[in-house]
Amino acid sequence: MASKSRALAAGALAALMTWGTMAAAWAAESKYNLPTPQSQVAREIYDLHILILWVCVGIFIVVFGTMFYSIWKHRKSVGHQPAHFHENTKLEVLWTLIPFAILVGMAIPSTKTILNMRDASNPDMTVKVTGYQWKWEYEYPAEGIRFLSTLATPREQITNQAAKGEHYLLEVDNPLVVPVGKKVRLLLTANDVIHSWWVPAFGIKQDAIPGYVKDAWFKAENVGVYRGVCAELCGKDHGFMPIVVEVKSQEDYDKWLMAQKAAKAAAVADANKTYTLDELKAAGEKVYQTHCAACHQPDGKGLPPAFPALAGSRIATGDKAAHIDIVMNGKANTAMAAFGKQLSDVELAAVITYERNAFGNATGDVVQPAEIKASRK
Amino acid sequence: MEATHAHEHGHAHPTGLMRWLTTTNHKDIGTLYLWFSFIMLLTGGVMALLIRAELFQPGLQILEPEVFNSLTTLHGLIMVFGAIMPAFVGFANWQVPMMIGAPDMAFPRMNNWSFWLLPVAAILLIAQFFVPGGAVAGGWTMYAPLFLQGGIANDMTIFAVHILGISSIMGAINIITTILNMRAPGMTLMKMPLFVWTWLITAYLLIAVMPVLAGAVTMLLTDRHFGTHFFNAAGGGDPVMFQHIFWFFGHPEVYIMILPAFGIISQVIPAFARKPLFGYASMVYATASIAILSFIVWAHHMFTVGMPTSAQLFFMYATMLIAVPTGVKVFNWVATMWRGSMTFETPMLFAVGFVALFTIGGFTGLVCAITPVDIQIQDTYYVVAHFHYVLVSGALFAIFAGVYFWLPKWTGRMYDEKLGKLHFWLSAIFFNILFFPMHFLGLAGMQRRVPDYPLQFADWNMVSSIGAFGFGLSQLIFLAVVLKTIRAGAKAADRPWEGADSLEWTHLPSPAPYHSFETPPVLK
Repeated sequence: MASKSRALAAGALAALMTWGTMAAAWAAESKYNLPTPQSQVAREIYDLHILILWVCVGIFIVVFGTMFYSIWKHRKSVGHQPAHFHENTKLEVLWTLIPFAILVGMAIPSTKTILNMRDASNPDMTVKVTGYQWKWEYEYPAEGIRFLSTLATPREQITNQAAKGEHYLLEVDNPLVVPVGKKVRLLLTANDVIHSWWVPAFGIKQDAIPGYVKDAWFKAENVGVYRGVCAELCGKDHGFMPIVVEVKSQEDYDKWLMAQKAAKAAAVADANKTYTLDELKAAGEKVYQTHCAACHQPDGKGLPPAFPALAGSRIATGDKAAHIDIVMNGKANTAMAAFGKQLSDVELAAVITYERNAFGNATGDVVQPAEIKASRK
Repeated sequence: MEATHAHEHGHAHPTGLMRWLTTTNHKDIGTLYLWFSFIMLLTGGVMALLIRAELFQPGLQILEPEVFNSLTTLHGLIMVFGAIMPAFVGFANWQVPMMIGAPDMAFPRMNNWSFWLLPVAAILLIAQFFVPGGAVAGGWTMYAPLFLQGGIANDMTIFAVHILGISSIMGAINIITTILNMRAPGMTLMKMPLFVWTWLITAYLLIAVMPVLAGAVTMLLTDRHFGTHFFNAAGGGDPVMFQHIFWFFGHPEVYIMILPAFGIISQVIPAFARKPLFGYASMVYATASIAILSFIVWAHHMFTVGMPTSAQLFFMYATMLIAVPTGVKVFNWVATMWRGSMTFETPMLFAVGFVALFTIGGFTGLVCAITPVDIQIQDTYYVVAHFHYVLVSGALFAIFAGVYFWLPKWTGRMYDEKLGKLHFWLSAIFFNILFFPMHFLGLAGMQRRVPDYPLQFADWNMVSSIGAFGFGLSQLIFLAVVLKTIRAGAKAADRPWEGADSLEWTHLPSPAPYHSFETPPVLK
């Protein structure tokens, strides 16, 4: 009997120590807690979480202190005789009312935070965010700017053929850029399935849902780069569509805005040019690796049957118009998205040309931006 | 009791496979349910280990993302519908007739059918790995519109869910009818053992919500194949509606998986504390309150969809309220132990482990109930930690407690106490190594359902994976204990637990006769 109780005590102690060590680790480094808040809402959430955590720890100690005391003292092996009480109305009423009162105490600050975080009125600027399988699109309606934001981590790092960088899986080609100290309202929607736009440092997580436009807002307090991820399972590459927000000073933000507008003007000019096969193939390969390779694979062999091969496929080696159609309009009830809305005329022309002249497909066909433009109507 | 035995030999029973295929006996069917559930536990467990193996280090090592998603999806479906729920139905089959003084279940043939539907559903789920397009990969919650993508495996999932639902509903009808109509004279409702009470309430929950789930997946089916647009925004449908319907089923489902566990724990603790259950009546009322509240909290699973602020507030308050009856239960268990005369055989160890660890899951549930905090931790590993504290150290530990508790009555033999205790301690320790770090991962920003993760999450993922393999292998001890008991356990007394006082201990021999009570017992 003595050995039994010793084993029990040792076990309980070991469990407590494990939790103790973990709790200490948690307290020491913010990497075990919510990230350092970078907005007022995030700070309120952070404080709420700490408050509730300590209330829970307090209750845990009282209740399980009692239980372990009882386990220690009220054992048969120490000769404790069982009592026979089995109810106590006063006690039962009390331990219904006290938790209720504690809950009311928690509900009050929580309600305040909800009312604050849901008030997206009077924003300084608005950005439209659209989720795609598996990338984000940011549109600044007031500025006429729109761009896609895709994972920038090289494939070799993911497949362990290259050393992983500092921001492995948390880096994108084109981050969302916003000015510091401005209330940014996001209008979120999705094109295919439900995604969720989450940046922990701002305390913002909002599902992007096809057919809905939902709003959310944040006001970044400090210049810097803040990272997040898609939080709603959205298919194969759900884990590979991060979010990066660059918070710039107003001055730097304005400069960035100018550069974006200039680039857009250049792109419009490009769409009117005629390109050679090699130019289109070279440009198309880049577009392919960014937008197509996740499913159809870098070698064009696909992952059949869900993601068909392009190498030798009927579409990529057959009728050019049909090929343009499926790339631009997608295919219903499959993961094949409609890229017509996402990519520019030049990008579409390039990628289709590439697909028709790569992976052993040697059609020799050239698709010019003008053809894409014509098929848009 | 001798008379019951003699009578039993008068029947001609088929033997071998036919005995099990055609059986209408509640004990045989209970045994089938329990073995089926254990096989599913191992199947879902192997999937979990593959998941943890992939997550041992950052980068893609052994699984393609799509296969990884299939494994998380089927792990969830198999554990919920294949392991936990059938295990509790197995307990109900064995225990309800014995505990209320009945000879068998009310509808023995339907009972047979409810069980034999399960392997069909299991095959529909597991065979998906071998069909074109791969297994279902949209998460066990089957959210539209993602679920509308994907191949024949998704249709197999829909049919499997239908079959599982039919099985559950028939099981629930059987249990309700048995409890309401077949109690021995004098066994009033408020004298029933708490396990019977929790199952009665659970059975009503099943009848209320399984048809809702069936409706939801039927709409998915017609969206996929018959041109409807319930959930397809492009056709005027509403993707969020799926979530409302699913969670209207899904939240009561959470209690379907935990109320019978409360029942088992409420049998075990008084038996080993040698003291009556504290607050029997308040336990019954708390169970009923939890069941009723479970119908008005569903949208706390979807705080991030952007519902109106007033809805967020309502669902937050309603969810917080559940802490009150749940707290009452925990207080009552502790009060039952208080000033008892406790011993710590394996069932009691699992019960104490349940109370402590389930409560941690309860606390994190409260954290998740606070809408603003939930915004940060929804769909992260924090939530994964939360529901595994509730379902593994909650439901599964209660199942282990129940098996060790009743095994002497079921088999007539005692299990190996040393091995049982080893099973408990290894399970409890590895469980915490496996799931406690997930709280940190979630808070620090790691989302669920991803095969790969940023480098700052590497440490805890490695710890967690080590815990997973320890926990998984520990369950083989359980298998060994059960097999050893059946083959070579020492003869069990009719009432091996001093403090156990329900009818199966006081009125039946060990092992219990094939037909429990052919004449109703006389109650004091």
